[in-house]
Amino acid sequence: MDDLSRFKQTYFDESAELLAVAEAGLLRLAPGEIDMDEVNAIFRAVHSIKGGGGAFGFAGLVAFAHEFETVMDGVRNAEIPITTGLVDTLIRANDVLARMLSHAADGTEAPEGTTDDTVAALRRFLGKAEAVPGQPEPAPEPAATLHPDDEDDEAGIFGDALAAIQAARDDQGPSATPAADAVPDGKIRWTVVFRPKAELLLSGNEPTYMLRALRRLGEAEIVCHLDRLPSLRDLDAELLHLSWTVTLLAGPEVDRARIDDVFEFVADDCDIRISAEAPPPAVIPAIPPGAGPPALQNAAPAPGADLQDKAVPPPPATPAATTSGAAGPGKAADGARRGNGGDHAGPTSHTIRVDLDKIDRLVNMVGEMVITQAMIAEHVRDLPPGQFQELLEGLESLAQHTRELRENVMSIRAQPVSSVFSRMPRLVRECAAATGKEVMLVTSGETTEVDKTVVENLVDPLTHMIRNSIDHGLEGPEERERTGKPRAGTVHLSAAHRSGRIVIEVTDDGRGINRAKVLSKAIEKGLVQPGSSLSDEEIDNLIFLPGFSTADQVSNLSGRGVGMDVVRRNISSLGGRIGVYSAPGEGSRFVLSLPLTLAVLDGMVISVGDERFVLPLTNIVESLRPKPADLHGLVNKCDVMMARGEYVRLVHLHRLFGIPKAIDDATRGLVVLVETEDGSRLGLVVDEVLGQQQVVIKSLEANFRRLDGVAAATILGDGRVALILDVAGLREMSRHGAAPATGIPTTAIPLAAPADRSDQRQRQTV
Amino acid sequence: MSSSTAIAPVSSRTDLQPAGGANGTEEQYVTFTVGSEEYGVNILAVREIRGWTPESRLPNLPDYVRGVINLRGIIIPIFDLRARFGGGPTEVTKRHVVVVMQVGERTRGILVDAISDILAIGHDEIKPPPDVDSGLIDAEYLSGLYTADNRMVTLLNVGKLFVGEHAEQDAAPLTAVRETV
Repeated sequence: MDDLSRFKQTYFDESAELLAVAEAGLLRLAPGEIDMDEVNAIFRAVHSIKGGGGAFGFAGLVAFAHEFETVMDGVRNAEIPITTGLVDTLIRANDVLARMLSHAADGTEAPEGTTDDTVAALRRFLGKAEAVPGQPEPAPEPAATLHPDDEDDEAGIFGDALAAIQAARDDQGPSATPAADAVPDGKIRWTVVFRPKAELLLSGNEPTYMLRALRRLGEAEIVCHLDRLPSLRDLDAELLHLSWTVTLLAGPEVDRARIDDVFEFVADDCDIRISAEAPPPAVIPAIPPGAGPPALQNAAPAPGADLQDKAVPPPPATPAATTSGAAGPGKAADGARRGNGGDHAGPTSHTIRVDLDKIDRLVNMVGEMVITQAMIAEHVRDLPPGQFQELLEGLESLAQHTRELRENVMSIRAQPVSSVFSRMPRLVRECAAATGKEVMLVTSGETTEVDKTVVENLVDPLTHMIRNSIDHGLEGPEERERTGKPRAGTVHLSAAHRSGRIVIEVTDDGRGINRAKVLSKAIEKGLVQPGSSLSDEEIDNLIFLPGFSTADQVSNLSGRGVGMDVVRRNISSLGGRIGVYSAPGEGSRFVLSLPLTLAVLDGMVISVGDERFVLPLTNIVESLRPKPADLHGLVNKCDVMMARGEYVRLVHLHRLFGIPKAIDDATRGLVVLVETEDGSRLGLVVDEVLGQQQVVIKSLEANFRRLDGVAAATILGDGRVALILDVAGLREMSRHGAAPATGIPTTAIPLAAPADRSDQRQRQTV
Repeated sequence: MSSSTAIAPVSSRTDLQPAGGANGTEEQYVTFTVGSEEYGVNILAVREIRGWTPESRLPNLPDYVRGVINLRGIIIPIFDLRARFGGGPTEVTKRHVVVVMQVGERTRGILVDAISDILAIGHDEIKPPPDVDSGLIDAEYLSGLYTADNRMVTLLNVGKLFVGEHAEQDAAPLTAVRETV
């Protein structure tokens, strides 16, 4: 990969994140209110995408982003009111931007006219904002004036000046210079002379930020002095040749310190004079001697004058230009906030981008170290403590360090679930629109961190569950009102850490599961024998059965052949469990419990003959030693055991796997009662249960291939490999009969979870 | 691991470019014995040579798949070359050797009796395998024969030898070999 394409890749990566930020922000915008932080974040996101796009020459993208950004700027200056229509348009614009980015990433041109509709829609909002009575039609230039911080605009910091000159040319005549000499009551007129050193830009400072910040403190009239501007031939584009005089009409809440603050970061790189004075009829700015003829300025904006640029016709000998932006005093507080937190690039992010492969290698090596450490610990356990005191102490602290190291390294891959949660508001919005229901989404615990792979694999199940909740769970607004509930239903999405796992809950306050209907459907589909009596809980769990669907509720949201069984399979392939709790009329709650990482698994180590295996803890119900009376033969073919009032089929692992020297008699060994994801139980006959352990999951397929009944492998404390068993696979094997020990293994038995299983595992392994 | 010692770590494979100067027709082969027979594999495919470590058995596979071992955190399968050629499973001792090889994306080990030599063999010194009954020997994995001091060295094509990650495909002809040998 050459340098440019690497930078491009970084740009696309970042843009993807920024789009997500913008979308999340847009979804939080509520009509009528304005949350400046949110608006600023969206503006910055779009602006950054535009800036980077410009650097790579994506002209179409930049042009579109510019339209988007212009509207956002209108929003943050409170010129465009936030309405539902606006938010919809902006969300659409975000989508278009995403599309254009993906075209840019593919190196293809976005089809002609992709942006037309959206641009038109955006411009309508802009038009509304600018169609202030008495103002001339908006010219294209104001856009440039509205964005003095567009470093990628052709004019850059000259934008103000050039646009203003342009405006001045267009707008000659005395009408634009109201002679408002008087300072309104309670206001102070500040004169700020800002002469940056020529090298200011080299230190990464941007003078227009300061001018902007000043403008937000009150009504500002900004005069740009071009006197130091060399001829084009001598122009060094990296040096700053401009200086400014700002006349600021601000309320009493603006004091000297606030103005000083604006220049805090550049104080050493510029010459600043700040003075407050009683209103003179005309202000002659105090320009340091030798700076050339001072700019003549004789106008102050009328109170309440707005957006439209006003300019004095430049005196022939002194090129000067004026722009003014006005902010009502009521917005001063906002302005200050924007000045501090908004226009600067936000808090510095103390993060670096690292190739995932590198982290995986690190995780792998730490896994190795943990195993080696466990191995050493096992070897020294029998040493006489008196003699090797120091060695043992050293190993003890080594053990502690490795544990901490492992936790820390694992946490590198961790990321907050907010990246998934933030996609859900949009989903809810769409589902609500599609079903005609009113839905409120409440999320909590977004900062809970989980392994990246887990986060990625959460999207589909959560999407489905939320759709399900809205489509099936929540009632329509009228029905809700009839039953005394608020019109809008609530879906609550939460995440929390609980005893080394992450628990995610999707709760709705809808009608709950219609048990009578579920049961009759299940009987109709032959999933349940007619006449069987099931507990409420058992009925609720029927919705997870493959093939179950309350078919008469098919809509364009659900009923597309993806049922809750797929959700359960996805969750269980992540080593998780899902449960449902429902109360008729009050709502349903789906509870997911997932491991924090897929690199490590909680397992029970068991032994069969000389071999050791690991059973995932999530599959284990209990282990017990049956009494002879509990064991029965089923037509001489199969052993069954009575466990807790239920007959469970026994599977002798050593027979299934052809392991010699193992215990065959279940009454002398142990039976581990396991449960598969679809709830069916199985008794595994093993020699011994050695204990619970966290194991690092290793791929068997990377260098070999998938094996029936085996999920993956791991390395135990003594360095030996142990296979992690796949309970569903074992059940399948025992049903079809194991392949003979040396014969040809039966290939491609269609397992409960088909082909995607192996991919799943491939991805799991670290 | 405790009992394993790398016998002859053949590392820095970049140094082991085909010898023989500009024409590049000479390549190096690692040779090893299984029973009384000598085999060779291209040295570029060999990652390391290590002593025997107890394997973990894999269920329901042909006997030439001995099981898997932990090679510094990755799990690699071990194939028993004697069993692969129909001689029944090797009874391993501490002196048995695993040749760890890189075959495409995959790393796997083959269990052999002992390493014997490293030979530089010119292309024109390799004789084609004789026309053998394809029912008897699957000649696919033989890349040629070489004579070294009156010993015959069978050169193996490791890529073909282990097509068997889908081991079932190999199992059938090999059983046939075992019965006829």
